[in-house]
Amino acid sequence: MQLARVLGVVVASVKHPSLIGVRLLLIQPQDHDGLPDGDAIVAADALQAGPGELVEWITGREAALALPDTFSPVDATVIAIVDHHHPNAGEGAP
Amino acid sequence: MILCRVLGNAVATVKHPVYVGRTVLIVQPVRPDGDARLGRSFLAVDAVGAGEGDLVLCSREGNTARQLLGGPDDPFHSVVLAIIDRINTAAGEVRGPGPGPDGT
Repeated sequence: MQLARVLGVVVASVKHPSLIGVRLLLIQPQDHDGLPDGDAIVAADALQAGPGELVEWITGREAALALPDTFSPVDATVIAIVDHHHPNAGEGAP
Repeated sequence: MILCRVLGNAVATVKHPVYVGRTVLIVQPVRPDGDARLGRSFLAVDAVGAGEGDLVLCSREGNTARQLLGGPDDPFHSVVLAIIDRINTAAGEVRGPGPGPDGT
């Protein structure tokens, strides 16, 4: 479970049937200071997150459990849109 | 399990229903001295009432998180599962915020 910044929306017409109706987002994982952690990845969206937003995402088997079809071939899912975070002294508005 | 320092928390209104009422903590992996940072911070759901500044144990593995937090099909992946009182190594003792052997 980690923070990430949404970079954009990924659109695919041909995809596994379990992913029909599931939004795909391009996200950049980051730490609490906004420093990128690794490369950008594509994550499914369990909410309605949009570009520019700071989100929380999960990986592993749980990523699919957050979707309507829990047997989707998905290894990353956005599960929350961050309002604000407080690393140490209150810094870090999204 | 990963030794971490709690840096703070992340607040979200729009979130998956299983996260409603849960506290999401920002945790920073640290070396056994309790201070030096080890890689990037991540998020973990609190299962023990930990807070900012605490030295804690985290798990980044779904089965552990689901057993502690919810049902078998709930999308939890990482969890804070203990608040560390102290760590004893050859280099000495690192104390967490908990009570010491004399109860203080």
